[in-house]
Amino acid sequence: MERYIFYILALIIVVFAIASVTSKKMLRSVIYLLFVLCGIAGIYFLIDFNFLAAIQLTVYAGGIIVLIIFSVVLVHHIEMELEVAKTAKKILVGLTCLLGLAVFLATIYSHEFTVVENTISTTTEHIGLGLLSYEAGGFILPFEVISVLLLAAMIGAIIIAKGKKLTDKNNTTL
Amino acid sequence: MIAGISIYEILTLTSILFFIGVYGFITRKNLISILMSIELILNASVVNFVVINKYLYPDMLQGVFFSIFIIAVAAAETALAIAIIINLYRQIASVEVKDTEIMKY
Repeated sequence: MERYIFYILALIIVVFAIASVTSKKMLRSVIYLLFVLCGIAGIYFLIDFNFLAAIQLTVYAGGIIVLIIFSVVLVHHIEMELEVAKTAKKILVGLTCLLGLAVFLATIYSHEFTVVENTISTTTEHIGLGLLSYEAGGFILPFEVISVLLLAAMIGAIIIAKGKKLTDKNNTTL
Repeated sequence: MIAGISIYEILTLTSILFFIGVYGFITRKNLISILMSIELILNASVVNFVVINKYLYPDMLQGVFFSIFIIAVAAAETALAIAIIINLYRQIASVEVKDTEIMKY
């Protein structure tokens, strides 16, 4: 049963990812990306990391997609057709990507993974305790650094998006 | 673990996703589309971290922590990139890569 669900999810992810990078309409391409992200959240659910799946759905599907849609609507006409690359370039890039994929797959399939059979289910409690532990193997320092990084990114985004016009106006009025 | 699915199949899926992202990154000519391709690449790597954690080292959680950090950095990166794109659009009224010649005004 889980096997079929995985194959269906994999099909959804691959098909919509290809649609997302080849679609000519900007907004449709964003919605296809949303389906890809939801499919990846489904894989997290399958692999029994419920917390990560929730993060994926809230941060990616809820936050980043809304942000991208917001900027697309601000910047484009909704029905605007995207400029596409030349066919020769597309074919060349596609062949290069297939070559790279072949190298990746050859490496993966020639490596012998020592898989540990398990049915351990990770709870959010374990993740929280690990993130806040300051003993060996704990992640308290990166956790704090990431919070400072998010604050810095927030302030930076506000300052950059506020732009030059306001300061120009101030200069002219002074 | 997913019953009946080996680690090879999941790694194949993430490799395909990664190279679709690379393809989009190179062929697209619009800044927002390039950003979306970067999201695809980052997602593929996050799934890799989680899967390798779950299949090879099930009693540890390092892969999960790294994927949480990657997701946080990706969110910060997207917010900043969109701020830059909107600011650029105000100044040159375009988000095409070929029009983006000057970053400093």
